[in-house]
Amino acid sequence: MSSALSLNKTRSRWLTFGLLALGLALLPFLVDAGLGRSWVRLLDLALLYVMLALGLNIVVGYAGLLDLGYVAFYALGAYVYAWLSSPHFGLHLPFWAVLPLGAALAALFGVLLGAPTLRLRGDYLAIVTLGFGEIIRIFLNNLNAPVNITNGPQGINLIDPVRLGSFDLSQSHALFGYTFTGIHLTYYLFLLFTLMVIFISMRLEDSRIGRAWVAIREDEIAAAATGINTRNLKLLAFAMGATFGGLAGGLFASFQGFISPESFNLMESIMILCMIVLGGMGHIPGVIFGAVVLTLLPEALRYTGDWQRNLFGRIYIDPADLRMLLFGVALVAVMLYRPAGLLPSTRRRREFADAQG
Amino acid sequence: MSAPKAAPSPSGKPDAGSTPLLTVSGVNKAFGGLQALSDISLQVHTGEIFGLIGPNGAGKTTLFNALTGLYSIDRGEIRLNGQRIEGRKPHQVLCAGLARTFQNIRLFAEMTALENVLVGRHARTSSGVVGAVLRLPGTRREEADSRERAHALLKRVGIAQHAHHLAKNLPYGDQRRLEIARALATEPRLLALDEPAAGMNPAERAALRELLLQLQSDGLTLLLIEHDVKLVMGLCTRLAVLDYGVKIAEGTPDVVSRDPKVIAAYLGDETL
Repeated sequence: MSSALSLNKTRSRWLTFGLLALGLALLPFLVDAGLGRSWVRLLDLALLYVMLALGLNIVVGYAGLLDLGYVAFYALGAYVYAWLSSPHFGLHLPFWAVLPLGAALAALFGVLLGAPTLRLRGDYLAIVTLGFGEIIRIFLNNLNAPVNITNGPQGINLIDPVRLGSFDLSQSHALFGYTFTGIHLTYYLFLLFTLMVIFISMRLEDSRIGRAWVAIREDEIAAAATGINTRNLKLLAFAMGATFGGLAGGLFASFQGFISPESFNLMESIMILCMIVLGGMGHIPGVIFGAVVLTLLPEALRYTGDWQRNLFGRIYIDPADLRMLLFGVALVAVMLYRPAGLLPSTRRRREFADAQG
Repeated sequence: MSAPKAAPSPSGKPDAGSTPLLTVSGVNKAFGGLQALSDISLQVHTGEIFGLIGPNGAGKTTLFNALTGLYSIDRGEIRLNGQRIEGRKPHQVLCAGLARTFQNIRLFAEMTALENVLVGRHARTSSGVVGAVLRLPGTRREEADSRERAHALLKRVGIAQHAHHLAKNLPYGDQRRLEIARALATEPRLLALDEPAAGMNPAERAALRELLLQLQSDGLTLLLIEHDVKLVMGLCTRLAVLDYGVKIAEGTPDVVSRDPKVIAAYLGDETL
C-alpha cells in the first residue's frame, strides 16, 4: 500500500520534472515565436540575473550580511574574461579555462573585501560594502594609465564569444534540421550554468554549512557560543556568493562582447538585492522568481507607449519615465501586500503571519 | 559517576579522587570604572553541580561571559581540564568542552527545534562545501549520525514532539529545554546554565531538576546560575556567592546559607 503510494509519488515527481525540462527546453522557441527575438535575449539576461541573485542570496538571505557592493564580483568576473579572451591583451584562452579563473578571483576578492567587515552588522556593513563596490568600479574606470589595464571608461571590446573547438556559440547553427541562433544557444549554455548554481544552492542550504549560516543570521553570539567559527563561515559566505557573481560576470562578458565600468554601477547591486527581497529572501524558488520578474518587468513596461497610442491616439507620458514610475509603484505594492516576498519560504510566511496575528 | 547525587556530601569537600575540571584564578574584569569581577577564584570538580548565586548585578553572568570567551578578561587565568581557555574565541572554548545556555534564551528562532540541535553538532562534525554539494558518503554518514543524535537529545530533554516546530513557537519552558539540548549536542564536559529555571512553573522546575540530576549521573559537570534558592540548595554540591563582583562565600549549601556575609548581601547589612 505504502510502496504503491510512494511509487506513485516518485512517478508524479518524474512527470513534473520531465514537463519542466521540456518547458525550459522549448521556452526560447515559444518566446521567439510569440514575442520576438529581443525577448529571447531578455531570457538570457534573466538567467544571468538568476545566477547573480542566488549568489547574493547566500550572503544576504542565508548568512544575513547586507551586501550592497555585490556587483563588484560580477565586474571582476567580466573583466577577467575580457582580459584573457579578447584582443585587449591579445590573449584568447578558451572559456572553460577563463570562467573558473574569473570565479576564483572573484571569490578571492570576496574574502579580501569581507575580512575587514567581519565586525560590522546591518546598516554599517551595508555602507562599507557599498563603498567597496564603488571602489572596484572606480578602479576599473581609471586603470587605463600609466599602464592600460582596463581601457578606462571606453571598456573592452571584441570579447570572444564562448567557443567549443570550432563551434562558435554566437553564430547561427543548423542542428537536427532546426536553425539555432546565437541567443538561442546562449540560452541553453546559461540554463546549464543556472541549473548548476541552483543545485549548489540547494545542497548548501540543507547542510552543516547552510545551517551554520542561518544560525549566524539568527543570532551571531549564540552561534559562536554553539561552536560556530563565525569569522570563517562569514568569509565562506562572501566567497561562495562572489564565486557565483564572478561566473555570471564571465558569461555576461562573453555574451555581450563588450564591457565597461558603466555596466557595474550601484543600481545593479540594488536591483539584484531587490530581486531577492521581492522574491523571498533565503528561499531559492522565490529568489529565482524575483530575478525573472525584475528582469522582464521593466522591459514589458516599455510597451506603455504603445498602449497610450492605442488608447488615446497619442503619447502623454514618455514610456521611459512611466516605466520607472510603474516599476516603483509595483515595488511599493509588493512591500505593502506581500512583505515577505512574492514567493516566501513557508518559514518566513509563518513569521509574518505570527507578527500580524 | 554512578548514582545521582541529590544531596551534597556533608563534608563539603569534593569526593576523593575527583579532579578540578574548571579552575578560575584571580580573574578581573572592569567595564570602564566599574569593577565587574575582582579577583574571582574558584574550582569546579568533575561530576559536581556547582552553583553560582548572588544578588542582581553581582557579576554572575559577567563571569559566565568571561568563561565562555564572550568577554576578554583583564587579568587572571581560566583552565578547563588543565588547558588554558582565557582569551580564546567562543567557538574555541566550546571545542575545549565548555558549553552554555543564556539567561535570556538565545535560540535560532526561525529554525526548527531539530535544526537548532543540529547546529550544536557543528563543532563536532567537519563536512565542508564539497562534501555538502556532492553529498559524499562521509558527509551523508555524518549527517545521518547528527540527525540521530539530535532526535535522541530532543527526546532526552522531553520535547521530541516539537522536533519540526520553529524554536520561537515553543512554549517558554520547552525553549529552555531546547537550549539545553543544543548545548548537549556539542558534547561538553562542563555545561554552564544561566538561570535555567527562570520563568518556569513549579511542574517545569521539578522536571528540570530531574533532568539536571540525570545529566550529572551521566558524568556531566554542571555550573549553574540560579535565583531559585530551593532549587539551588537541593541540587548543588557546592556554591559560590558573588556580590559586587567579589566572591564572598564558597562551600556547601548548608554552610553558605548560614554565612553572615551572604545573609547581609541578600537582606541588607544593618551595620551600614
